[in-house]
Amino acid sequence: MSLVLENVDRVVNGEHHLNSVSLSLEPGSFNVLLGRTLAGKTSLMRLMAGLDKPTSGKILMNSADVTGVPVQKRNISMVYQQFINYSNLTVRENIASPLRLAKTSRTEIDKRVKETADMLQIGQFLDRYPLELSGGQQQRTAMARALVKDASLILFDEPLVNLDYKLREELRVELRELFKARNSIAVYATTEPNEALALGGTTTLIHEGRVIQSGLAPEVYREPVDVDAADLFSEPPINLVPGQVSENEVTFDEAVHFPLNQDLRSLKPGWYKFGIRPSHIGLVPHNDDDLELSMKVELAEISGSETFLHVMNNHFNLVMQLSGVHAYRTDTKIKVYLPTHKLFVFDLNGDMIQSPSSLIKG
Amino acid sequence: MSEIHLKSLAHSYEKKPDGPSDYAIREMNHVWEQGGAYALLGPSGCGKSTLLNIISGLLTPSKGEVVFDGEVVNHLPPQERNIAQVFQFPVIYDSMTVFDNLAFPLRNMKVAEAKIQTKVHEIAEILELHPVLKRKAKNLTADEKQKVSMGRGLVRDDVSAILFDEPLTVIDPQLKWKLRRKLKQIHEQFNITMIYVTHDQLEASTFADKIAVMYGGQIVQFGTPRELFENPNHTFVGYFIGSPGMNLIDVTATASGVVFDGISIPFSEERMEQVNANSSSNIKIGIRPEFIHVWNKPTEDAFECDVLHVEDLGTYKILTLLLASHTIKARLDEDHEIPEHKAYISFPEQWLKLYVNEFLVEENHA
Repeated sequence: MSLVLENVDRVVNGEHHLNSVSLSLEPGSFNVLLGRTLAGKTSLMRLMAGLDKPTSGKILMNSADVTGVPVQKRNISMVYQQFINYSNLTVRENIASPLRLAKTSRTEIDKRVKETADMLQIGQFLDRYPLELSGGQQQRTAMARALVKDASLILFDEPLVNLDYKLREELRVELRELFKARNSIAVYATTEPNEALALGGTTTLIHEGRVIQSGLAPEVYREPVDVDAADLFSEPPINLVPGQVSENEVTFDEAVHFPLNQDLRSLKPGWYKFGIRPSHIGLVPHNDDDLELSMKVELAEISGSETFLHVMNNHFNLVMQLSGVHAYRTDTKIKVYLPTHKLFVFDLNGDMIQSPSSLIKG
Repeated sequence: MSEIHLKSLAHSYEKKPDGPSDYAIREMNHVWEQGGAYALLGPSGCGKSTLLNIISGLLTPSKGEVVFDGEVVNHLPPQERNIAQVFQFPVIYDSMTVFDNLAFPLRNMKVAEAKIQTKVHEIAEILELHPVLKRKAKNLTADEKQKVSMGRGLVRDDVSAILFDEPLTVIDPQLKWKLRRKLKQIHEQFNITMIYVTHDQLEASTFADKIAVMYGGQIVQFGTPRELFENPNHTFVGYFIGSPGMNLIDVTATASGVVFDGISIPFSEERMEQVNANSSSNIKIGIRPEFIHVWNKPTEDAFECDVLHVEDLGTYKILTLLLASHTIKARLDEDHEIPEHKAYISFPEQWLKLYVNEFLVEENHA
């Protein structure tokens, strides 16, 4: 099945929840909707499911107009943030429930429930009740119920957000594997850039009710169309510093000067926003064109295996992403090195002019 | 100002506990030093909430003593322990102003109004709550509310420790780091023991100078964030800290090293003596994905692997490799060349760890 949205709007009480959204989802594709809280991801999924009707625009399934068709008449499954299960039914009956509704034969139900439960590693809990299981197992049960029938569209609305990160890691890998073998369309909403990258597939960036970019995850990450896209698809967010280009140099925030290198020479004189990824700024110089900056540490956030170092000078703040554990006291003075060939350049409207990878491709 | 000492502490929710698996807290001795910034880190069900409730006095332990500055407090109810708690959800009076919320604990203690004025303004200053002091608490954002909860603990001079239970759960991701910074600042300014309970390694490692990792009712390691990452004392710490966690491989011991799938890895005689003295068959080696060396071509000492999967995470890539019958994860920087089909890996000696019965075996530095 294919799913196409054409110029879809959703207006509630005069407020645009979705603004002229057009998307085309291929059969068997895995689609991630990435956006902040209230960006419009859930609104969009509800339209895809048929739980809400668009204010204007069309929704097509296999080229047939289904804009006004309600959820019961579409072949759809949904998994939510909260673990929604029937607490009075066993795990087995929970998973079987959509098949019973569809009047599937008993032997077929037994077979499919077993298969799906085994795939999600809850095969040994079939006779327990959901509340006797851990959070991760409860969410696996809800997922099994969504996957047991051959829905043509499966919607996941931040399904892992209430689980601890180790479980998230494991379930992400499982999900990706599960969908390799299916022909249904999966749509997965998340607020986390790293989750979008880890799941792979197509990533669609949603910002304030609009689709701002759509494409393969690593491509969208490396070639953001504008500042919003770069910012959304980067955790910690991309660093942005205003800068002025003159005949032969760049000035950051009227304070830091460096010569125009080969990559930046094509820029016309004027004001720009320069972007640099947190992972590209280092504690030691790596290249001849590295810009040395004296900064003061605001906070070292340590993730266990990585450190996010928040630093500032009198003119701007930067966040650095370092591998390993680096403990720094607040207000420590350090030197950091910013590779000028890794700069993204945006115009003052925020549109991207060049990215480091566009230069490599030439 | 308190040192918190847990002496031979154990707790079971069963009336007649039968064996270690009936204990939510297995017998432990632990000291939280006065003025330290600590975290208690572990997955759900590890016993960390039980331990927190025992410290705060909400729960009486079935065995052992809770000692504050030399005084046994087992019998004292929470309100007499001079401990402030900050929970997941802000606990404040919605109908009161921010000022009155902060003043509340002091008014309860019948502190003079002039002193209250000074103290509340001092704390509001630190927490950057000044602009909202006159506002009703119900109109605040989640992060402001949580700052008010913290402020109510900080206004009291008699508070000896503050316990935080997942305090940033309801805070917007973009604001979290600002509150983390505030928490650190507060710890540096006040000489108060702080214990931060969380399942999130980022929260724990950012806040704490030392982290107690809890697993199965035990503290399996008490160390700095760097020690947990670079030298996990228990396989669970290796697995739980870092993303992805440590690679762990079951091995068998010989006199000069270990073997798995016909691959031998040498270890020092001294370490092997320790291993063999244990006569356990539960032996593992562990190495973190960050520390594995990866090559595209055969290299001396490198093992050949199949490349099963490459995960592009933007700033780095995670390789899933098959080494004989074992799946291994390796982490490569963005600019590192990615091997296709076959990869060649080696385990630098410094980063290759050896575990017996899940605990680290180290060289004795005599």
